[in-house]
Amino acid sequence: MNTPTQNTTTAGRIGAPTFHGSSLELHNVTMAYGDIDVLRNVSLTVAPGTTTCIIGPSGSGKSTLLRGINRLHEPKSGDVLLAGDSTLGTNPDTLRTRIGMVFQHFNLFPDHTAEENVALALWAVKGMPRAQAMDRARQRLAEVGLAERADHRPRDLSGGQQQRVAIARALAMEPEVMLFDEATSALDPELVKGVLNLMAGLGRRGMTMLVVTHEMGFARKVADQVVFMDEGEVVEAGTPTQLFDNPRSERLQRFLSEVL
Amino acid sequence: MDWFNTIIRTFFDFGAMAEVLPQLLAVGLLNTLIISIAATVLGTVLGMVVAVMGISPSKWLRIPARIYTDLFRGLPAILTILLIGQGFARLSQSIFGPSPYPLGIIALSLIASAYIGEIFRAGILSVDKGQGEACRALGMSYAKSMALVVVPQGVRRVLPALVNQFIAIVKDSSLVYFLGLLVTERELFRVGQDAAVLSGNLSPLVAAGLFYLVITVPLTHLVNHFDNKFRTGRRRAAPPTSGLKEVKELDAASPLTTGSNT
Repeated sequence: MNTPTQNTTTAGRIGAPTFHGSSLELHNVTMAYGDIDVLRNVSLTVAPGTTTCIIGPSGSGKSTLLRGINRLHEPKSGDVLLAGDSTLGTNPDTLRTRIGMVFQHFNLFPDHTAEENVALALWAVKGMPRAQAMDRARQRLAEVGLAERADHRPRDLSGGQQQRVAIARALAMEPEVMLFDEATSALDPELVKGVLNLMAGLGRRGMTMLVVTHEMGFARKVADQVVFMDEGEVVEAGTPTQLFDNPRSERLQRFLSEVL
Repeated sequence: MDWFNTIIRTFFDFGAMAEVLPQLLAVGLLNTLIISIAATVLGTVLGMVVAVMGISPSKWLRIPARIYTDLFRGLPAILTILLIGQGFARLSQSIFGPSPYPLGIIALSLIASAYIGEIFRAGILSVDKGQGEACRALGMSYAKSMALVVVPQGVRRVLPALVNQFIAIVKDSSLVYFLGLLVTERELFRVGQDAAVLSGNLSPLVAAGLFYLVITVPLTHLVNHFDNKFRTGRRRAAPPTSGLKEVKELDAASPLTTGSNT
C-alpha cells in the first residue's frame, strides 16, 4: 500500500470517508522497561484494511505493544514493518504521522476547543495554513457526529464526545494504521456502544486497526483477527470464531470462562 | 501616658512623614517599581529557560540548570547582590555607566530566575503525561509539544505562585541600596532610611513600610482570589441530563457510523 490517503467525499453533504489502510507486521518484537522484558518475541501480521483485537489481562503487555508500534516506547529487539518497510530506522516523528493513536483517557488538550484539538497537528506538523486546518477539523468532527460541538472545550463534552474528538484528531492526520488503547474503558456504559460503532465504521471503510480492548462482544463481531496475550507473550491468535469458540490453550479457556 | 507619646513621636510623627512623602512617591515608589518589575520580567524570561533546561531529557542541560538553581536559591540575597554588584562594577561601568542600578536589577533577576525556574518546572511537571504523549503520537517533536501544549498549561497553573514571587522581589529590591545609589535612584527603603537619619526619627521609615504594604497586601489578596477561582474552575452548574439524549443525537449525526457509501 503506497498511497496512504483518505478520500473524503464531501459533495454537498458530509459523506463518509473511505480509507486505505496499510499492512503492519511485527517480527519477534521484544520490549523492556529497564531490565525487565515486558514483551517477549511477539510476532503479528495485520493485513491492510483489517481489524485486529488484542485481548488479555491487565499487565500482559497489550498497551506496551501498541506503544512499540508508534515508538512512544522503543522496542529492544525485533522489527516492525509498516506497509512492508521497517519503521525502526526511520524518524519517529514522521512515523507517528502515519499511525493514529487513541488513548483510554482521551488526552485531549483542555485549553483548546474540539476543532482546535483536531487542527493543531495539521498546522503544527503538516504545515497546513490555519484556516484550512480549521476547515479540515470541522469536517472530521462532522464525520464523527460532532459538528455542533466544534467550539466546545473538552470539559464541556461527555466522555463519549471527547473520545470522538480524539478519534477525529487522529484521523485528520490521514493515518495508515489506527491504534486504540482501551478506548472505551473510561466511558459511561451508555456511551461505549456509540464509540465502538464508530470504530467498527472505520474498519468497514478500509482502515487498518489494532484495538486493545476488554469488549469481548466487539472483538467477536468486528475483528478479523483476535490475539490473546498473557505475560508479555502472544498465547493464541486467530479468527474470532477460533479463539472464542474453540480456544486451544488452557490459559485462554480460563480467561474466557472468567470474562464471558 | 509618657511611653505612648514616645511611641507616637518615634514611629508616627505625621509631620516628618508628610515631609518625606513627595520624595517617597516621586523617587522611592517609582524606583522600587522600576527595579521590581524589570527584575521580574528578566527573571521570568531567564526562569523559563532554566525550567525548560531543568526538565530536558539531556543531562548536559539538566545539570547546569540544577547547579544554577541551587546556587542562587541557596545563597542569601544580600550576598549575591554584593558579589555581583561589586564584582562586576568595572564591566558594568563600561556598559551602563557609573550607576550600580542596572547591576542591582541583574542581581535581583538572577536570584528571581532561580525561584521562578523552580515554579515553572513544578508547573510543567504537573501537567498530565498524556498531554505530551498525545502530541508525540500526532507526530509533533518534543520541542513543539512542549511549546504548544505542555508549557502553556503548566504556566497557567503557576500564575498565582508567580505573583507571590513578584511580592518577594518587591521586598528584596530594598537590598539594592547596599550598592550605593545616586540620590535620584533611591528606592523606598533608602529614601525612608535617609530621611530617618536626617530627622533622628523613625517615622519616614514607617511611611516607607506603608508603601511596601500598599503594593504587597492587595497583590496577596488578588492571588488568593485567583487561586480560589482556578481551583473551583469556571464550570457552571448544569441541570441533570439524560444520557439517552446524547446516545440518540450522536448516532443520528455520525456518517462514519451510519453513512451509506461503503
